[in-house]
Amino acid sequence: MSPAPAPAPAAAPLGPPLQTLAGWGRVGRPGRERLSEDLAAIAPRAALSRGLGRSYGDSSLPASTADLALNTVLADRLLAFDETSGKVRAEAGFTMRELYRVFLPRGWFAPVTPGTSFVTLGGMVASDVHGKNHHSDGTFGRHVTGLRLMVPDGRVIDCSPQTEPELFWATIGGMGLTGHILEVEFTLKRVPSPWIYQYSERVPDIDTFMRRLEEVGHDWPMSMGWIDCISRGASMGRGHLMAGRWAAPSEAPARFPRQLPRLRLPFELPDLALSPLSVRLFNFAYYWKHLRRQAQGIVHPEVFFYPLDAILDWNKGYGKRGFTQYQVVLPKADAARSAKAFLELLTREGGASFLCVIKDCADEGQGLLSFPLPGISVALDIKITDQTQRLVDRLNQFVISAGGRIYLTKDLFTRPEDYRAMDPRVDHFLAVRRKWDPDLRLRSAQSVRLFGDPPPAA
Amino acid sequence: MIIAILGATRGMGRALARAAAARGDQLILLGRELDELQRSAADLTVRAAGAPAVASISCDLATPAGFGPALDAAWAVHGRVDAVVVTAGLFGTQDALEADLELAARLLTINLTHTVIFCEEARRRLIAQGGGRLCVFSSVAGDRGRKPVGIYGASKAGLSHYLESLDHKYRADGLITLTVKPGFVKTGMTAGLKPPPFAGEPDGVARDVLRALDAGRPVLYTPAMWGLVMAVIRRLPRFIMRRVGF
Repeated sequence: MSPAPAPAPAAAPLGPPLQTLAGWGRVGRPGRERLSEDLAAIAPRAALSRGLGRSYGDSSLPASTADLALNTVLADRLLAFDETSGKVRAEAGFTMRELYRVFLPRGWFAPVTPGTSFVTLGGMVASDVHGKNHHSDGTFGRHVTGLRLMVPDGRVIDCSPQTEPELFWATIGGMGLTGHILEVEFTLKRVPSPWIYQYSERVPDIDTFMRRLEEVGHDWPMSMGWIDCISRGASMGRGHLMAGRWAAPSEAPARFPRQLPRLRLPFELPDLALSPLSVRLFNFAYYWKHLRRQAQGIVHPEVFFYPLDAILDWNKGYGKRGFTQYQVVLPKADAARSAKAFLELLTREGGASFLCVIKDCADEGQGLLSFPLPGISVALDIKITDQTQRLVDRLNQFVISAGGRIYLTKDLFTRPEDYRAMDPRVDHFLAVRRKWDPDLRLRSAQSVRLFGDPPPAA
Repeated sequence: MIIAILGATRGMGRALARAAAARGDQLILLGRELDELQRSAADLTVRAAGAPAVASISCDLATPAGFGPALDAAWAVHGRVDAVVVTAGLFGTQDALEADLELAARLLTINLTHTVIFCEEARRRLIAQGGGRLCVFSSVAGDRGRKPVGIYGASKAGLSHYLESLDHKYRADGLITLTVKPGFVKTGMTAGLKPPPFAGEPDGVARDVLRALDAGRPVLYTPAMWGLVMAVIRRLPRFIMRRVGF
């Protein structure tokens, strides 16, 4: 018990004290982080910006203890909103959570939301996030109409698809490496009610899954699937397919959806909690939870969009060593075959995963490094063990041969040569980045690991 | 309620302004940078759909000559002000303040001398209109001389002392003074410090302050647990205070 304000060891002249910074996968590294309402005041000294730290790997971590990370979460003001067009402008630390709270009751929602509401706008831009509506609405970047950046030389630049388009599209999905994102302007979407009408079905195998995702996508603006990635043989790739749309006022309850209770995981779960057996049991039970083959009805929007947000720190469930998420997109031309081969490889390599999510993606975004391309995306959580590097390497070899790519926001283990082999666009991106940042003053642990930025001095 | 807030652009002031706007209070923002005020005003207006316009008036705690005119301007917006709130102030760690006496002098001047003068200007106007509320953010750091907050705590001790006297002297004239004593609250001001147990969030502080303001309470510890913590600390004998780190 120490009364306030009870300063820890004094902030050294070089800035905030060293602490352990980690992505959502909880693999930490020492770093310095500064929170401020005034991003422009700190940005000139910072090597990168980060928000709520929901990227899984090292995208939001400083490359060295000498690099300062600017945390944007206090810069959370809404700056403008046009009730007729839905155009909204906010500071980079404004969160999806707040967007939901402020705008959904008024009949507006984000054009694209990722699977958690604990993300900032800056992070959504830097990752060019996608959601269940990717097949109909693309990535978040498609709906961004303007960005205010502090580029590495200290200038504040307003860019958009019309003004400085090259900088703009390098920043959409650019992992925060082109400049500190200060403000984001984008267009909200009108929704008929705050509720979701959901359709779901039990799917017996991967072939059916691929076919049904495609079919369902024609009729439903939002869709995704959960896959039991333990089962092999005839039932490999079985799971649940979920599709949804905003409910019409006539079919939805008249009241606004109540805020769901949130739980906390007070401690790390022991390693036993996620043993191969428990993962197997979970996958089996979860599959049969969907007893009827088909179901439909009104669901809570938070349950539909953010099922995992109900447990605030579910990432502690993966124990001390943490976890990584492996997300890949495999091109459409051969998607059915390669998704199957991917799952076969995964089960053979023992990549047991609690959570395996599948989603069909449509057009590639214009962001120079945007993740999705037309095809099928598979995401799985992998508890980190001594085998993880080998597993990721194997999966990556497959992805390269299949013409797919991984999602940087999730990555912690990919080797630079593998990344380059799967995403040749990186050269264009790096060239644009060099133009604005010849000395590579902005960098992250990930950019040093993957893009060959000079290794940090300290 | 018509509320004029000095310091609404950041931290607890920002949270308080949002909570007040959300329940329909009319806000007048006072602060150093007009551009910052206008951005906060926009935030408040967008969040509280259809809320009345939020006024912005520049006023710098470093310049006492501007206090009177700024408050006159605040009064001019709606013809009266029901509550004046001060959340602005400086913070420095004890180490930083001991190492830089100029900074220490500035902090003492802003947090104590200038804040008192600002309150005097506000007091006159509030009483002249027949009464009103004055709500000022002091700190639990002013409750007892403690190792980590000697100089900052001194500025807040002086401020708390003054505010208590205001409450005693002028409550009969309709001036209701609220001294807010936040414990450790996670804001930009305390960023980089390790949060102790019972650390608060600005939104919780804002709710507590509005409730205390409505109830006309003279003193508020927030989060509430800090009232208990400080009650113990105030009673600890000196030989213990010399030994412990807080």
